[in-house]
Amino acid sequence: MSRLVVSDVCKAYTGKNTTDSVVALQNVTFTVAHNEFCSILGHSGCGKTTLLNMIAGFERLTSGKLLLDETPVGKPGWERAVIFQDYALFPWMTVYENIAFGLEMKKVPLKERTYVTEQHVQLVGLAGFEKRYPHELSGGMRQRVAIARALAVDPHVLLMDEPFAALDAQNRAMMQNEMIRIWETERKTVIFVTHSIEEAIKLSDRIIVMTCRPGHVKENIVVDLPRPRHEEDPAVTTLKRRIRSLINKELEDESCTAKKNGL
Amino acid sequence: MEQVVDKAQSKTLKVSVLSQLRNLTLLSILLIAWQLISTKLLSESMALLMPPPTALATAAWELIKSGELLHHLLSSLKRELWAFLLAAGAIPLGIAMGWWKIVHNQMDPLIEILRPIPPLAWIPLSILWFGIGDSQNVFIIFLGIFFPILLNTITGVKNVETNLIRAARCVGANEWNVLRRVVFKAAFPQIVTGIRVGLGVGWMALVAAELVGASSGLGFLINDARTMLRTDIVIVGMLTIGVAGLLIDVIIRKLSRRLLPWSVGLSK
Ligand SMILES: Nc1ncnc2c1ncn2[C@@H]1O[C@H](COP(=O)(O)OP(=O)(O)OP(=O)(O)O)[C@@H](O)[C@H]1O
Ligand SMILES: [Mg+2]
Repeated sequence: MSRLVVSDVCKAYTGKNTTDSVVALQNVTFTVAHNEFCSILGHSGCGKTTLLNMIAGFERLTSGKLLLDETPVGKPGWERAVIFQDYALFPWMTVYENIAFGLEMKKVPLKERTYVTEQHVQLVGLAGFEKRYPHELSGGMRQRVAIARALAVDPHVLLMDEPFAALDAQNRAMMQNEMIRIWETERKTVIFVTHSIEEAIKLSDRIIVMTCRPGHVKENIVVDLPRPRHEEDPAVTTLKRRIRSLINKELEDESCTAKKNGL
Repeated sequence: MEQVVDKAQSKTLKVSVLSQLRNLTLLSILLIAWQLISTKLLSESMALLMPPPTALATAAWELIKSGELLHHLLSSLKRELWAFLLAAGAIPLGIAMGWWKIVHNQMDPLIEILRPIPPLAWIPLSILWFGIGDSQNVFIIFLGIFFPILLNTITGVKNVETNLIRAARCVGANEWNVLRRVVFKAAFPQIVTGIRVGLGVGWMALVAAELVGASSGLGFLINDARTMLRTDIVIVGMLTIGVAGLLIDVIIRKLSRRLLPWSVGLSK
């Protein structure tokens, strides 16, 4: 079981002076069920990355609780693998070595390591590219390596921060379909940060819509539609319209800093 | 298809050889002028101070034949190598300084004081400490190599992308593995740059150290030749120092490109 509970989480970044401090998140509360695909949607600067970094263990919470299977999350570890927007592949390692890296760190015996690595090379469709270096790959392929590297250690939760934002529209659509296929093969609890309403609806079981900064949960929407979801499907368009109006309303809100900054 | 490629390749090869040759035009003219001036225009005593290229070639050939040049070159290279091996200690120190703030804060004042002192300024003190000989020479060269490696390593470590470190941690790497497998590797191109700069500085310091405190080496060779007014040997020695320095740099660049195929920044 891997259930993630986010309970009353606040995060303030303190600057040099007290006036410099930024409250990024305020009383964020939601729960992600075991093997659920949960998207986090919100305007730029509302604290999505901050939340993900805290779940990963890269940053500390100011207050509140983050529980993974009833235990508070601590230092970064393989139970919470992260996929970054800029891929963060090790440029001095081949595709194969990148994917095997986590298994090596976990001290998985060589035989099993080889098996699991090869399996994940297959899973993300990179057979034949094992010996290539990251700089020899396209953006989409690099992101596949990053996905395989994270999945290979068999994490309890997969954290993804706008993983497809750097890809062009075509590659992006393809990677979304790939993501669904991969996730259906290897079920995981996923937290998926995105800017795109379409992407969130296409992929998620649950969508957390955030307010502007300081971010908290504006709406917790369960998407109970069969996959694959088509854009023309009336249920999808209705949901899209609903979320868009939520987000637009958020922009009209007086206190929205994003609007004040002209974003 | 292949033929077209072949033709294109042989054409570009021809063109590149031609343009390389063209780049040597000025040098050739100067050499010829030098030859003419020192054989035809200068008086004999003046020509002694400025021997013509042909005389240099003869002197070089004599030195090579007797094995003297190789002997001095090797003893200089040996000192440079020893100093480099000792100065490689700057790599772990630099990693520690780039990684742990406390190490940086403690070491930094010390290094900031020592670093601006040119290696040559250490020569008098080092002669008193070590006497004249290999250890004194190695010490001076060591100072030349050490700081470039140290500073570049620190910069390299500080500039490692945060996400690479995070990516390693979140698939289970511990501190030691993060340092060894990620930070060191990511900083490596910068460390190699430090080694290149360091060996260059060291090579210059080497010759200076040998001028005053050695009984072998290229620096000794040219200084010794000076006392006997053998300007031809002096100049041959100088050219050998230049060529050897260039070769060291070329070798390291070639090696690093071979060893770091992923590193684009090193190609220049
Ligand atoms: N290390 C930090 N120090 C100070 N303030 C920070 C830091 N990181 C983020 N912030 C602030 O916290 C707020 C939330 O940032 P965060 O990066 O989490 O937003 P985001 O929702 O991920 O935005 P985007 O969609 O643009 O990626 C921003 O106002 C940002 O300026
Ligand atoms: Mg972000």
